[in-house]
Amino acid sequence: MNSHRILDHPVLGKLTIEKEIPFTFDGKKYTGYEGDTIASALLAQGIRTLRVHEESGSPRGIYCNIGHCFECRVTVDGTPGIRACLTELNPDMIIESGKQQFSPFKSTENQDDLPRTYAEFEKQLKGEKEDEPDV
Amino acid sequence: MYDVLIIGAGPAGLSAAIAAREWNLNVLVIDEFLKPGGRLLGQLHQEPDGKWWNGIEESKILLEKAKELNTDIRCGISAHTIEKTDHGFSVYTNEGILEAENLLIATGAAESPAPIPGWTLPGVMSIGAAQVMTNVHRVRVGKKGIVVGVNVLSVAIAREMQLAGIDLECMALPAINSATESHGSPKKVMKALLRIAHLAPSTAIRFGSRFMKGDGTKALAVKFFPKSGVKMWGMPIHLRKAVTRINGTNQVESVTICDITADGEIIPGSERNIEVDFVCIAGGLYPLAELAAVIGCPFQYIEELGGHVPVHNEQMETPLEGLFVAGNITGIESAKVARAQGTLAGLSIAKRKGQNLAKLENQIQQAKMNVRTIRENATIQFHPGIEKGRSRMEEAYYDIVHG
Repeated sequence: MNSHRILDHPVLGKLTIEKEIPFTFDGKKYTGYEGDTIASALLAQGIRTLRVHEESGSPRGIYCNIGHCFECRVTVDGTPGIRACLTELNPDMIIESGKQQFSPFKSTENQDDLPRTYAEFEKQLKGEKEDEPDV
Repeated sequence: MYDVLIIGAGPAGLSAAIAAREWNLNVLVIDEFLKPGGRLLGQLHQEPDGKWWNGIEESKILLEKAKELNTDIRCGISAHTIEKTDHGFSVYTNEGILEAENLLIATGAAESPAPIPGWTLPGVMSIGAAQVMTNVHRVRVGKKGIVVGVNVLSVAIAREMQLAGIDLECMALPAINSATESHGSPKKVMKALLRIAHLAPSTAIRFGSRFMKGDGTKALAVKFFPKSGVKMWGMPIHLRKAVTRINGTNQVESVTICDITADGEIIPGSERNIEVDFVCIAGGLYPLAELAAVIGCPFQYIEELGGHVPVHNEQMETPLEGLFVAGNITGIESAKVARAQGTLAGLSIAKRKGQNLAKLENQIQQAKMNVRTIRENATIQFHPGIEKGRSRMEEAYYDIVHG
């Protein structure tokens, strides 16, 4: 737990922990420290992926850490689109990673093979060969 | 209605707040981050006299002074847009609309990205992100990493990461592409490196910097730049190697690095992979000035100041009545310059309230001198032509206001 913390520093000295803050991320329980952002508390646990790209599903983590790139968006207590890098970690926060979304308008490669009518769809489903359209 | 609203609680914003409070102005400081201090918070470097510049301590000093003067500082507030009204400014934030007679925008700077393929993988971050994680949150960003992009800021932060016990394989350039441009050119990077040479406990670099004033010798220096890089604090800095790609499935697993010519062209067949679990990208800083743009403040592009900068005079006034700027939004310089500019801006704003003008004018002159002296004595200079850039800005202001 918090294994990625820098406990001792030659110039800044020992890390002083004022208060532990419990929270959950994707249903699992963790503990951060007072003064943490959501991003720092998660990174301290070795958690780097905060969301996946809404369409492609590719993993994303913090990039700029100053609230500009919006790569670290998470859902906090049901509110989506919260920037993990700017948001203070509060006790008992329920944090969820950003998930892949349904992409209804995504272009498909085999669009010529797709059914154009419900009748065609049913025929394809039954494995029947497509008839010549009725005249 | 506040006398002045200050956006940004960094060295410029806090110093301005202190100066304005000393003249008894009604001040509100807002900042997007959860604690005040701005980019001071991450800074940690050794000055030539051996003393440490500890940004966290410096920010505490400013904050205590501001608190003594009962300054209202609110964190976690983002300003989205601003409107100029008859009486001043309406600032739209996530906590509602804030009204002020005068406005000081002290938003600082942001980092330019130097994107290379694979840069969206978790474990890739801006060098500034790594700085805050390391020094403010005391979180290790990874086990072993590489810094892509060699400039004043990235060398300083690489050193900070080393201090915290984080293993860095090396620093190298980003491979040239349409987005990385000059960051991938060894000749241009060499110039930047020379500006911080005096900070390096490496005789090779210090020795070199004395003889590399001219462009011709710089080109030669790049040509004969050691294949193994030059070591700064034991970490190789490569100007003749570039990272072409960041590899990994769910996070960073390695980078592909190759040898490059003095012009930054990839030498075919020189590619190889280095295992790292994090990558810091450093594309340099630019003034963060959108909020000045949305109210219609005129801008001037000045390369020496870091890009597009709101037009302002030496007193930190813009041509828009009641709008002031201070800190890195006016040009990329050190936190010490930003702090001095903040004091000057605070006094200039107090002057608009028109009390005890003789005393105030005296303080303004002193504050102006202070900015100049600190600039001349700066340890870290982000651009060698900073003075030239500053006088170009004076001319731009004059042209707009009197021209």
